[in-house]
Amino acid sequence: MSVFTLREEEREARLVRELAELTERHRQACLPYQRILDAIGVRPPYERLVDLPWLPVRLFKTHELRSVPPERVFRVLTSSGTTGQRPSRVYLDREAAAAQTRMLAATLKEVLGERRLPMLVVDSRSVVRDATLSARGAGVLGMMNFGRDHTFVLDEQGRVDAEAAKAFLARHGGRRFLVFGFTFMVWLYLLDLGLDLSQGVLIHSGGWKRLAEQAVDNAEFRRRLGAECGLVRVHNFYGMVEQIGTIFLEGPDGDGLYCPDFADVVIRDPDTWEEAPPGVPGLVEVVSTLPTSYPGHVLLTEDLGVVRGVDDGAWPGKRFEVLGRLPRAEARGCSDTFGQR
Amino acid sequence: MSHLDRLRAVFRRSLNLPADAPVDDLEYRAIQQWDSLAHMALVAAMEDEFSIMIDTNEMIDMSSFAAAAELLEQHGIGTAAV
Repeated sequence: MSVFTLREEEREARLVRELAELTERHRQACLPYQRILDAIGVRPPYERLVDLPWLPVRLFKTHELRSVPPERVFRVLTSSGTTGQRPSRVYLDREAAAAQTRMLAATLKEVLGERRLPMLVVDSRSVVRDATLSARGAGVLGMMNFGRDHTFVLDEQGRVDAEAAKAFLARHGGRRFLVFGFTFMVWLYLLDLGLDLSQGVLIHSGGWKRLAEQAVDNAEFRRRLGAECGLVRVHNFYGMVEQIGTIFLEGPDGDGLYCPDFADVVIRDPDTWEEAPPGVPGLVEVVSTLPTSYPGHVLLTEDLGVVRGVDDGAWPGKRFEVLGRLPRAEARGCSDTFGQR
Repeated sequence: MSHLDRLRAVFRRSLNLPADAPVDDLEYRAIQQWDSLAHMALVAAMEDEFSIMIDTNEMIDMSSFAAAAELLEQHGIGTAAV
């Protein structure tokens, strides 16, 4: 069953109901969250997604936010965060851990199918082997669930292993296969290989910062991959560890990131906090019903984004673009509005 | 060797357990050796051993030895011989 089915009106009605319930549940189960809600003074009923109280995503770096007792914590996820920051800590119980894996699979199924595809990883095997897994390693490892015969484009020392990639294509190049890598790694290493990847489906993520420095945007990225590798099934995604299992997936036409049925975005004007209309950039708020063991269901990110359209693309709901990180000074301003004590 | 004994051997091999280690009660992530990387190795080894294809959801749901044995049955391993 597809998770890209709900038009915006129905999606919002469902999500508001479910997220309002989650808000109450977390309020009762997570004391720091309760204190924050009390301080903001927001109360139900909530009519729209934009009415729901949000948490700045950075609170997961500074507060222990969990809604299950310690003995029920099954996994603690950490993010590397930006250099010099404390990592986020995200607490999953068994149920939440299982749900996130399952819903990620349901989301990617839309473009990968049910089968685990032969998988080319634009990275080095060494990133998944460390005991203290980096965020990059965790990302690769998470995606490896969707593949088989995992073949790495970089060797243990991080050098391009063209022979391994060629051998992979000799084995699998004639049928659908999966290519995964971080956006800048794909740009750095995949383009130059001069391989025929026309049967591949590329899933990539990790942000555009390093490519923006080279004036490469999504359109250019897609154009070059198509021209040089024959790679035309290209899906960027946007997601964060604080809402693990929820990804916003680029549609088949490259016209924006789409929300699975259990999630949505609200773009907020960073001065007024009102919802910005389509076409007007603002801060990206992500909502999802997956965070049941920690209050991460309504999160204000530090990313700027813009809604490009609603119910007008390949899949229903909002389609949006992430424009980059909000400059640091302004980001500090927004968490101050919560007056945490 | 019965299919369950073959499955036990696959588990021990994939999870780097001693040859006589009991595995029937194992659960995913309950022991250090059965982490997500080992899980993928385990699934690949089961596919090779039993000549089956395990899809994404089956892999996700295979959270214990018992679930793995059940998965084999769903693929017609161990029932056909009866």
